[in-house]
Amino acid sequence: MTTPPTFTGEHLLRDLAPQVLGAVIRRFGDFAAAEDAVQEALLAATLQWPEQGVPDNPRGWLIQVAARRMIDHIRSELARRRRDGVVVMHDPPELQVVPAPDDPLHTSLEPGFGSAGRALDGEQDDTLILLFMCCHPALTRPSAIALTLRAVGGLTTAEIANAFLVPEATMAQRISRAKERIKSSGVPFRLPTDRDRSERLGAVLHVLYLIFNEGYTSSIGPDLQRRDLANEAIRLTRGVHNLLQGDGEVAGLLALMLLTDARRLARTGPDGELIPLAEQDRTRWDRHAIAEGVALISDTLPRGAIGAYQLQAAIAALHDEAARAADTDWPQILALYGLLKRMSDNPMVSLNHAIAAAMVNGPAAGLQLLTSLDADKRMAGHYRLDAVRAHLFEMAGDHQSAIAHYRAAARRTASIPERNYLTTKAARLVKDL
Amino acid sequence: MKYMLMMHAPRAGWTKAGIGTWPPEDVQAHIRFMKGLNKELKEAGEFVGAEGLADAEAARVVRAGKNGAPEVTDGPFAEAKEFLAGYWIVDVDSTERAYAIAARASAAPGKAGVPLNMPIEVRQVMSAPPVDM
Repeated sequence: MTTPPTFTGEHLLRDLAPQVLGAVIRRFGDFAAAEDAVQEALLAATLQWPEQGVPDNPRGWLIQVAARRMIDHIRSELARRRRDGVVVMHDPPELQVVPAPDDPLHTSLEPGFGSAGRALDGEQDDTLILLFMCCHPALTRPSAIALTLRAVGGLTTAEIANAFLVPEATMAQRISRAKERIKSSGVPFRLPTDRDRSERLGAVLHVLYLIFNEGYTSSIGPDLQRRDLANEAIRLTRGVHNLLQGDGEVAGLLALMLLTDARRLARTGPDGELIPLAEQDRTRWDRHAIAEGVALISDTLPRGAIGAYQLQAAIAALHDEAARAADTDWPQILALYGLLKRMSDNPMVSLNHAIAAAMVNGPAAGLQLLTSLDADKRMAGHYRLDAVRAHLFEMAGDHQSAIAHYRAAARRTASIPERNYLTTKAARLVKDL
Repeated sequence: MKYMLMMHAPRAGWTKAGIGTWPPEDVQAHIRFMKGLNKELKEAGEFVGAEGLADAEAARVVRAGKNGAPEVTDGPFAEAKEFLAGYWIVDVDSTERAYAIAARASAAPGKAGVPLNMPIEVRQVMSAPPVDM
């Protein structure tokens, strides 16, 4: 018996998932049922391909299996309706257009077929359309995240549930509720109009950004399942970037993810303790990711409309390019935060702007800028304001004030590694008093 | 964001005027309400976990004694007016939503269907740190 070739199909399956789903929706409509059918096809592939080998046309294979599931689903729906006494006058349109299950399925992408009636580049557009659907503003963010990972990312419900540390049944409900919501809001399966496009793309990028954060920030210790979320976000964003090469913010977000993720290994110590940027072992940063991120953002910035993701990526690039913390180009970072501050009314940006100001003009300048945040309701009682203030007081040599603010921040954070870090900072200063 | 919703029940009321003294149909209505709430949370995709705790009479406090052996006492809470009766962990989009669920739980029906208005302590579950900048 020959050894079967190693099955490395997971990436292939995840890449194909949105294309297959798009094709099935174009033939049958019914996003919710089509999404279930595609999941079953993906599952069938993970069971069969390792044994039997990857088929010559994996995409066609998956579409065919999913289409059969859809036909089964439609038949049982019809049977149910008949049982329930609903008179079916004629076959519903879904069945009229369904070819026999074994028909070659490429006909499904012929022009004029399906709701949007376009064939050329259909599969590329489908991935984007699906992203716009899954990140629709009608959904809550947790729902949009879960649905995106399943319908576009091709992850199973169990994988998503594991990543977010909730029971699988809860995640299954969240996904099916999200699908119902899409159905009831009547979101059409097509790209948004030009008028809505930029806002809708913003929602897509925000969801991808949140998926990345969820994975990146919790990648402490051997928690690989959550780590996978950051990879997944990068993969999906890369996909969007490939489809929308000219969009500066998409490129900016991808660069930001790469440049942030490059520091992941250096970000925590052996016991999962947080290591701040200034104290990280920079030899552990991922040079390849940095090179790619820097090239991407350098290429994008001069080209046109500057957005918040591009500015954040540019800041991340300046950090990543400094061989030592002392080499960091803080004046440039301060200028970029200044631009970012003009662009968005986010208090977190003001906070980082104050840190940069302290690095350039001294802690007093930073502390002065922080006073404007005291009146901001969104920051009231937020631990980050205390943490930054503590840091700047420490820089200024006022250790008593620094201790008080480190402790206040430790009390208020909702993160265990952060609390440990802030408590330790306070304790070290107390020891040296 | 995950929150723990802790339901506190009055200690004195538990045996003298509490659920043990209600007519059976009121007890049934209370249980139905709690089951319904859990079902609702599951259907909303917000349910992480929930448990009811056995009567506080049987609760003990344990400290490590010599050589780490358990030292079991009735504990200092014998005088406490309220005790933890059960909890939910929910995964929700906002603090406001956690408060709304807590208010629903607080209004669980008591004797003759009158809402109990139990105090529900809402605490955020610790999570990962934010992205560093």
